[in-house]
Amino acid sequence: MMTFLAQGGHAQNPLIPETVELVVGLIAFFIVFGVLGKKLLPTIQKTLDERQDAIEGGLERAQEAQTEANQTLEEYKAQLAEARHEAARITEQAREQGAAIIAEMREEGQRQRDTIIAAGNAQTEADRRQVTVALRQEVGRLATDLAGRVVGESLEDAARQSRVIDRFLEELEEKAEAAR
Amino acid sequence: MSALTLLAKTDCHINAGCAFPAPGLHSFQFKPIFTVGGVEFTKPMLLAIICMVIVVGFFWSAFSKPKLVPGKLQLVGEIGYNFIAKSIAGDVIGKKGKQYVPFLMSIFFFVWLMNIMAIIPLANFPSTSRFAFPVALALLVFVTYMFLTFKTHGFKGGVKNLVWIEGLPKPLVPLIVLLEFIQNVITRPFTLAVRLWANMFAGHMLIVMFSAAAWYLVTPSFLAAVAGGSLLLAIGMTAFEVLIQFLQAYIFTLLAAIYISGALEEAH
Repeated sequence: MMTFLAQGGHAQNPLIPETVELVVGLIAFFIVFGVLGKKLLPTIQKTLDERQDAIEGGLERAQEAQTEANQTLEEYKAQLAEARHEAARITEQAREQGAAIIAEMREEGQRQRDTIIAAGNAQTEADRRQVTVALRQEVGRLATDLAGRVVGESLEDAARQSRVIDRFLEELEEKAEAAR
Repeated sequence: MSALTLLAKTDCHINAGCAFPAPGLHSFQFKPIFTVGGVEFTKPMLLAIICMVIVVGFFWSAFSKPKLVPGKLQLVGEIGYNFIAKSIAGDVIGKKGKQYVPFLMSIFFFVWLMNIMAIIPLANFPSTSRFAFPVALALLVFVTYMFLTFKTHGFKGGVKNLVWIEGLPKPLVPLIVLLEFIQNVITRPFTLAVRLWANMFAGHMLIVMFSAAAWYLVTPSFLAAVAGGSLLLAIGMTAFEVLIQFLQAYIFTLLAAIYISGALEEAH
């Protein structure tokens, strides 16, 4: 197999194809063509198409996921903003309410104080009047007694007695005013 | 290297009174390995069959159970497939080229492998340097070319497609029709076969020449230096042949695609 015809061997015209070689070449080619064309290349083309699909599908899915993520983020942001707004609103309301309560309390306190003061004043006035009346009666009685004793004459007449006491008291008040 | 083997056996050197066994046409003729009914089975045929087995075997193991995420072998096969499908069928023929990919791919890898056998140790012979193999393939391309021409354009349109060029001055018509006919129907298949055959023939001849000369000149004298130079040239030619082997397979396939494209074209 590794040897060729000796130099003495006949050398054909190399441009005349040998029939047997031609046939062997054709058969060998058709076997290659048959196996590749019928079986292997359609198979690999299918796989290449599938791969293309898979890659494009993958990209599409990634796109979808991205869109969904963006949407969720938007929603989340919107919710957050709303919550913040709500919180601010509640805080504001609470502050307003607090202020209102304080104002009310203050008013209430003022009112109570006024009431207490007024009540105190009224009491004092009443006491004073009572004391004044009591004093007036006592002083009147004492004065009458004293005057009766001094004058020696019983001044029984109530009206006169009263007039005399009033006049006396007025004089006392005037003196007190003058002294002040 | 067959010549080298012979030389090694015969121990034929320049100082042994032995004439230089120059390579020639006989370097392309082999004793039959066996003979069946007067049909001689020779080394180029064996190599062609081995090439067939390798091409089918490689693509079978690469493509028979394809995966979406390819393994190394499948990836290499896919590179080969895409090279033919995109760079040749897609670029030359266009969208219609898809259905001719198996034909072009079979041609390319079968031819390329037969060419490569020129530099594979123990094989050391390109089957394509035997004219019958390029002729077989060129014949198939030519038949395909003719078939597609008449199938696409009908008989009349097909003939017109082969010989007619629009807008010629009348006196030139007979001449151009004759030239077009010769070019498309005779020269094309012939040059397609001869181009491949001659390149591989010459390449093999050069490698054998320099290898044989290197062995013939290896003697205890100054000629040993010349032998070294010859060996370097043989190695250089081998490297160069790697390029030629690919290029010739590519050109053969590319021209087949161009002819198919021409047959499918509307009037030209």
